[in-house]
Amino acid sequence: MALLSPSKPAHARNGSERPPRRVGFSQRLGRLDVKVSPYLYISPFFLVFAVVGLFPLIYTAVVSVYDWNLLGGQGDFVGLQNYVDVLNQPLFWKSLVNTFSIFLLSSVPQVILAIVIAALLDQNLRAATFWRMGVLIPFVVAPVAVSMIFGRLFADQYGFINEILGLVGMDPVAWHGDRLASHVAIATMVNYRWTGYNALIFLAAMQAVPRELYEAAVIDGAGRVRQFFSVTVPQIRATIIFVVITSTIGGLQIFDEVRMFDAQGLGGPDRDWMTTVVYLYDVAWGNQKAFGRAAAVAWLLFLIIIVIGMINFLVTQRISTSGAKGPKVSRRQTRELIRQARAAGEVPAVAPASGSAGGPAPGTAPSTRRTAHPSDVSDHNHGEDAR
Amino acid sequence: MSSVAVTAQTAGKGAARAAARRRAQGKASGSATRRAGWVVYLLLAIALVVSVFPLYFTLLLGSSDPVSIAQNAIPQWLPDASIFGQFQEVVTSDAINFWKALGNSVLIGVVCSASVVLFSTLAGYSFAKLSFRGRGPLLVFVIATMAVPTQLGIIPLYILMSEIGWYGKVQAVIIPGLVTAFGVFWMTQYLSEALPYELIEAARVDGASMIRTFWSVALPAALPAASMLGLFTFVQQWTNFFWPSIILTNENPTLPLVVRSLQANYFVDYSLVMGGIFLVTLPLLVLFAFVGRQLVAGIMAGAVKG
Repeated sequence: MALLSPSKPAHARNGSERPPRRVGFSQRLGRLDVKVSPYLYISPFFLVFAVVGLFPLIYTAVVSVYDWNLLGGQGDFVGLQNYVDVLNQPLFWKSLVNTFSIFLLSSVPQVILAIVIAALLDQNLRAATFWRMGVLIPFVVAPVAVSMIFGRLFADQYGFINEILGLVGMDPVAWHGDRLASHVAIATMVNYRWTGYNALIFLAAMQAVPRELYEAAVIDGAGRVRQFFSVTVPQIRATIIFVVITSTIGGLQIFDEVRMFDAQGLGGPDRDWMTTVVYLYDVAWGNQKAFGRAAAVAWLLFLIIIVIGMINFLVTQRISTSGAKGPKVSRRQTRELIRQARAAGEVPAVAPASGSAGGPAPGTAPSTRRTAHPSDVSDHNHGEDAR
Repeated sequence: MSSVAVTAQTAGKGAARAAARRRAQGKASGSATRRAGWVVYLLLAIALVVSVFPLYFTLLLGSSDPVSIAQNAIPQWLPDASIFGQFQEVVTSDAINFWKALGNSVLIGVVCSASVVLFSTLAGYSFAKLSFRGRGPLLVFVIATMAVPTQLGIIPLYILMSEIGWYGKVQAVIIPGLVTAFGVFWMTQYLSEALPYELIEAARVDGASMIRTFWSVALPAALPAASMLGLFTFVQQWTNFFWPSIILTNENPTLPLVVRSLQANYFVDYSLVMGGIFLVTLPLLVLFAFVGRQLVAGIMAGAVKG
């Protein structure tokens, strides 16, 4: 990216052309300031991250090839034995199945529900901020608290949910006894906390969609549902990818909710709802105290997360681009609309109906999405400067 | 008020004005600009009830006696003053160190938020507005680390903290929370759009040093995004459980660990457990009541899950 170099004042630039010995001390200091400052400013992040983020992740790989005990410390080098041990543990596989089951039961309804709520919030509402704050309330409740509250709502006996089921004539569900039921209960907790948050992220993207596209769709005779699938979904594609990926990373690491679902926190008597991170915790800090094996679990999970992340990046991209085919708005019309939007100081999140193959990388997704707002913000700042 | 909030509001008003104009011209308006019908409000009201009900339910159970809880899904329909008895028992109980936990949670939340905001703004300013060698690759690195679950590095982190004698100490929770890749990314995004080069130039021409320029030009411009980042970090630290549950002890806990002790120590006394949960959740609810508008506006400006 081409950058201006606004930070160099005129005298410093002149100074750099002269032989250094004729430069005054304060000027030399000034030049050093310009050169070193950027690195100084970014260094706190990189230093701390290197120590508490990067080093542990890499060192996990080292620990995983040693026989390492919580109490005894580092033992013999065992190569890949820890990985073999872990892969031979039925419990590891069971925890993996549980994790995927809970992850799917949470992510899929969560993303769908969040888009629906966002679409509702995207209407022309009275007291819009009130409704937005309302759906965000669960976000400030700690997952641990959510888990215990829902643990009570989902109690097998005298639980609120089972009472409701009884009222409509259904048999009570053994939320702590049946494997699938426990997964549903835990997924509900995750959904409770995150759906509103994701809805606001989707809403932000939806508000960047040019309203004219909807009008054009209406003129073409599209109903609300058709508008939603033919205009809204393709337009917020980048955001959908982003949310799916972040909820994957989070979803495959479910711990808090499971840990507090019953008093023991190890996934029930048959480990029916033990997730992989809880399994990792149990291997490391439970009875075994086997850090080496737990580190192997961590790395296996890390690899799985990366693979799943890539898969759902590809899948999400395909799903959401297929929605862009056969647009209700003609290309010429669209281009005209974009021109209008640009003139009004707004830039649409994703060039509509382009059907471009190379979608943005996950990290860049939010940047494409938020372009409309900051331009407004900077305009606003300009206004302040003028005053 | 933050300019982010202002933007959100003006955007809303703009849409409203456009809709009014269209109505005046007698044109058929698109569904997105038409005033929302009652079905929309009904569905949103249901979403709101679902959001609030678990907390209300906690309040109900907290103000009931253990016997009626054991026999009824909903013991009563309105909370009463007996909840304060539960609060009192939680804060005075020797087994759960409530005040220490509150102090620790406040300390961790405040220090981490301040640090994340300061360092992220510094780094974000640098990435967005200064030119230096390696800028592009380093920024890509920051973004890439956002996708890496650092939670999985807990074993070496635990070994490290134990080695330097920080097991059970609050700094073991603070240090890993001092910076976030999300924060750097977020501030970079914001500042590259919201801070005009002319302002920086003007300050430099006036002879301000680099840090002075940052302090008096970049930092004020970053304030709206920084406040959202601070709130977000505070909520995250306040509700954080996984790492504190490993590295801290019940003698020196944070509030989520208090919740765990409630379950462990008072599992039979549901009213006390629920009263305690509500008490622990209350501070953040109060905070949210005051700053929720800003948090929402911040997320609306394009927040991402950290």
